[in-house]
Amino acid sequence: MPRIEVDANRCKACYLCVNVCPKQCLGKSKTISKKGYFPAEQERPQDCIGCKMCYVMCPDVAITVLKD
Amino acid sequence: MTTILAKKPNALTNVPMHYCPGCGHGIVHRLIGETLEELHIDDRAIGVAPVGCAVFADSYFACDCVQGAHGRGPAIATGIKRSKPQAIVFSYQGDGDLASIGMAEIVHAAVRNENITVIFINNAIYGMTGGQMAPTTLVGQVATTAPKGRDPKLQGWPINMCEMLSQITGSKFLARGAVDTPQNVLKTKQYLKKAFENQVNNIGFSMVEVISQCPTNWHADVQQALEFVRTKMIPQYPLGVFKDEGAK
Repeated sequence: MPRIEVDANRCKACYLCVNVCPKQCLGKSKTISKKGYFPAEQERPQDCIGCKMCYVMCPDVAITVLKD
Repeated sequence: MTTILAKKPNALTNVPMHYCPGCGHGIVHRLIGETLEELHIDDRAIGVAPVGCAVFADSYFACDCVQGAHGRGPAIATGIKRSKPQAIVFSYQGDGDLASIGMAEIVHAAVRNENITVIFINNAIYGMTGGQMAPTTLVGQVATTAPKGRDPKLQGWPINMCEMLSQITGSKFLARGAVDTPQNVLKTKQYLKKAFENQVNNIGFSMVEVISQCPTNWHADVQQALEFVRTKMIPQYPLGVFKDEGAK
């Protein structure tokens, strides 16, 4: 199962990844990060297809795409 | 077993980038890091950081870096490349840096066919200093020094650097990409790869221009900034390869 991890210390909440995800499985976190942003997070990991679009668009290199 | 499909390239350090949310600089940094790693040249790469938003680029690239004076990136890269021919030298510059004060340096580096790679970030505005008009600012685009929008009668027209440098015999590879969609990001990576390969193969001067979004100084949110890239920037600065003499 592919999934992503978002580094909350790097994410600046531009949500480019949220808007680009073809399966709309990313969303905004409810908790505030140390930097003062609401980082992106994977809301529905079961929908992830591992296409890496979020990684390709992330300007802060905060996303790691993994496959279990 | 967990396998990693995509992660931060080792050619970038762990320092979090200082760029504004949604800025295209970070994407281009990552593309350069990936390219250096894929071509196995990250251990002998030397970068030249510009004056402007990317002034701290030396903290983000894991290779050696020099921070040059405003616009002098190609001149510094020339010196490094001539004294250390085995090094892979790239100059990373913005539009105020390359197309304004550094115009002479970039033109003459191309004229001399210096074997360097130049990455030119075009966001049509001076980012770090607060949104002044750049040579690449679009006609009608509002900047702090053009409050009613750029007027060609007063401030002239935007400069298309790739088209201009393609007239020079010494330039060998010129391409323009964008980072507004995943497709364009991946295309830009192909251009960067080609530009670095040219240097490895001693073909000569290569420049990749990247149309980048600047949500902060365009006074737009990230999605509006991407829309501005698509509807205003790309019609003025068409994407594609303008010159490729590497094969000859």
